[in-house]
Amino acid sequence: MLSDLNKKNLPGLNLHIPEPKFRPGDTADFSDIVIEDVGVTGRPDENSAPIDMQHMATGLIRVLDMDGVASGPWDPTLSNDMKLKMLHHIMKVRSFDDRMFRAQRQGKTSFYMKCTGEEATSIAPAMALADDDMIFPSYRQQGILLVRGYPMLDMMNQIYSNREDSLKGRQLPIMYSSSEHSFFSISGNLATQYPQAVGWAMASAAKQDTRIAATWCGEGSTAEGDFHSALTFATVYNAPVIFNVVNNQWAISSFSGIAGGERATFASRGLGYGIASIRVDGNDPLAVYAATEWAANRARTNNGPTLIEHFTYRAEGHSTSDDPSSYRAAEEYAKWPLGDPMERLKAHLIGEGAWDEERHQALKKAMDDEVKATQKQAEKNGILGHGMHQEFETMFEDVFEQMPWHLKEQMDMSLAEKVSKFSTKNKQKKEQGQ
Amino acid sequence: MSDMPDSPVKTMNMIDAINSALDVMLERDDDVVILGEDVGYFGGVFRATAHLQEKYGKRRVFDTPISENGILGAAVGMGAYGLRPVPEIQFADYIYPGLDQIVSEAARMRYRSAGDFISPMTIRTPFGGGIFGGQTHSQSPESLFTHMSGVKTIIPATPYDAKGLLISAIEDNDPVIFFEPKRIYNGPFTGYYDRPVEPWSKHAASQVPEGYYKIPLGKADVVHEGEGLTILTYGTMVHVAMAVVNEHGIDADVIDLRTLLPLDIETIEESVKKTGRCLIVHEATRTSGFGAELAALVSERCFYHLEAPIERVTGFDTPYPHSLEWAYFPGPVRLTTAIEKIMKD
Repeated sequence: MLSDLNKKNLPGLNLHIPEPKFRPGDTADFSDIVIEDVGVTGRPDENSAPIDMQHMATGLIRVLDMDGVASGPWDPTLSNDMKLKMLHHIMKVRSFDDRMFRAQRQGKTSFYMKCTGEEATSIAPAMALADDDMIFPSYRQQGILLVRGYPMLDMMNQIYSNREDSLKGRQLPIMYSSSEHSFFSISGNLATQYPQAVGWAMASAAKQDTRIAATWCGEGSTAEGDFHSALTFATVYNAPVIFNVVNNQWAISSFSGIAGGERATFASRGLGYGIASIRVDGNDPLAVYAATEWAANRARTNNGPTLIEHFTYRAEGHSTSDDPSSYRAAEEYAKWPLGDPMERLKAHLIGEGAWDEERHQALKKAMDDEVKATQKQAEKNGILGHGMHQEFETMFEDVFEQMPWHLKEQMDMSLAEKVSKFSTKNKQKKEQGQ
Repeated sequence: MSDMPDSPVKTMNMIDAINSALDVMLERDDDVVILGEDVGYFGGVFRATAHLQEKYGKRRVFDTPISENGILGAAVGMGAYGLRPVPEIQFADYIYPGLDQIVSEAARMRYRSAGDFISPMTIRTPFGGGIFGGQTHSQSPESLFTHMSGVKTIIPATPYDAKGLLISAIEDNDPVIFFEPKRIYNGPFTGYYDRPVEPWSKHAASQVPEGYYKIPLGKADVVHEGEGLTILTYGTMVHVAMAVVNEHGIDADVIDLRTLLPLDIETIEESVKKTGRCLIVHEATRTSGFGAELAALVSERCFYHLEAPIERVTGFDTPYPHSLEWAYFPGPVRLTTAIEKIMKD
């Protein structure tokens, strides 16, 4: 036991509060981030045991170098057609994000979240998975819906909560849902989808199905209890599920160190659970594709769950509700050592002789025009404004399959309110006119 | 305005007043610490902790991982050490992963250890709707907390009250949940969604002393006096009720409860016995809402004085919708209808 005398000689303890390297006004310098060359992190056999490839949690799967040249054991050797499709999708979601962000700024809706800079972490996995593998997304996976052919018009209708919104105006913008596209309803709460993905995967295994599940969360959300419950269940039941942790360095204003990133990679969270855990250059669409394909093959052959950390950077704010220039250095994204996924894929395709600047600009214009035209169409169905695009009855539907008496009473009350005197403005005018 | 101190008065909105209360308490008591998501350098998503880390250092005001369970569990532990933690839960809708640490731990600590340990924490959390926040940024879960034994529940409706109540809450040795009606952070929203909202600066309760003062927990505020009706309400709905009362010249006592638990039953009883009519107004869902408790208390204590059935004006028993927010919100239309009904008998 420590004697009182010895205690007196001890220095006081120190509470460590992590602090990011750069704040507004600082010059960002990421030269201390060690980026392995392409090919250094090898590709283990898909049936390897997690214990035999723990080093993968600190490596970095890469295919494209910074000049856009593909090489190494992880090169998925996709056709140029497929890679062009990938570029299409990235450009489309980027154009879509720009347009919808602006729409929020113009007061046409309440909220928006872009995925700029991290498009590859959704688009490449969606292309590597089967279309009926079940997606349990977080809120920044709009790219998956576009890959799966979900109409952009429907996404915009949801964002505007207008009369054509398939979710009946009930959800905050971007909280999509489409069982038809095997895309689970998005929650506004964090990491809740993680154990749900495991449950779906367990069900698929119990039914001897062939479909697997994939889920996404940010590095910040790995702190939630749900994340850890999910990993426990997945390893216990060897569930056919892929855990994607999109480490985009920032959770609103909190840098990855506030989630534990100073001590270990986020991929290594899986190691203690005995889960295959790999780390991928999230701005390299080909590497992300290859990592997903590897994990999917493992899951589909009863080799169990995989955790993939996508090492990337959130180029924009968390959402329309925050201004990143108030908490981080302005030019961080420009200095990010892993570049931009669109630029890197573009450089690769140009290098392959499959693409050129002229076609790129033409495609960008075509994308922007398509997004703009779709936006016009969506706005004909209404923009958020004061809302009220749905019938009041819809507010009471779907609480239960069958409406209990108390909700019927409340529905009648709301309809009476609507009929009698709902618009206070009109009433005010009327009163003034009297 | 009892307890009015001598310090200079400044015009503050709700956020300024909350920030000022935290500032005063960090200054006065070295054991006060603030923790929560984005509360440090950034100063909170609603700016309630702005500049406090700068002023008091990172050991007193710090960011936490995104784990409400961790935040509240750590606050229990800090309380056991002897600190006075003021955790922030970014939105009340996010509190559920941490509920076990409140219900089973903080709320029962004094009881289960026979006073050996206490949990002197004040959980601050923005709540309520009216900001197009959809179902995960709009809920009013106050009755979950009044229903468990051992947590005090506070809901201020003005900047002046917010500061005085928050200081009392932080000094209180029991766990307190302090719900901040985020719709009125910047001005007293009246429920007339299509009219401009007045800033707090035009309201007397924006004149807030810069220094230390307290408003006692468990004391309601009669914000309007009348003879014909008692309106029991709190938070944003105080201003909606006041707007309706003023607009239609209703002869009503409007009682801002301020503390739901422990409740100021004396003020309520006195008023209802005088007016003989009682209307309860809250934004939370109706079934098992705090209004049900109020209705039961009023009927137990004032039944023979009542001239009409007690009425409740509430949110509907559905998740909080996005586009139909104003159809959901218990605004002036719903209040006026209920008042007409209760005054007819």
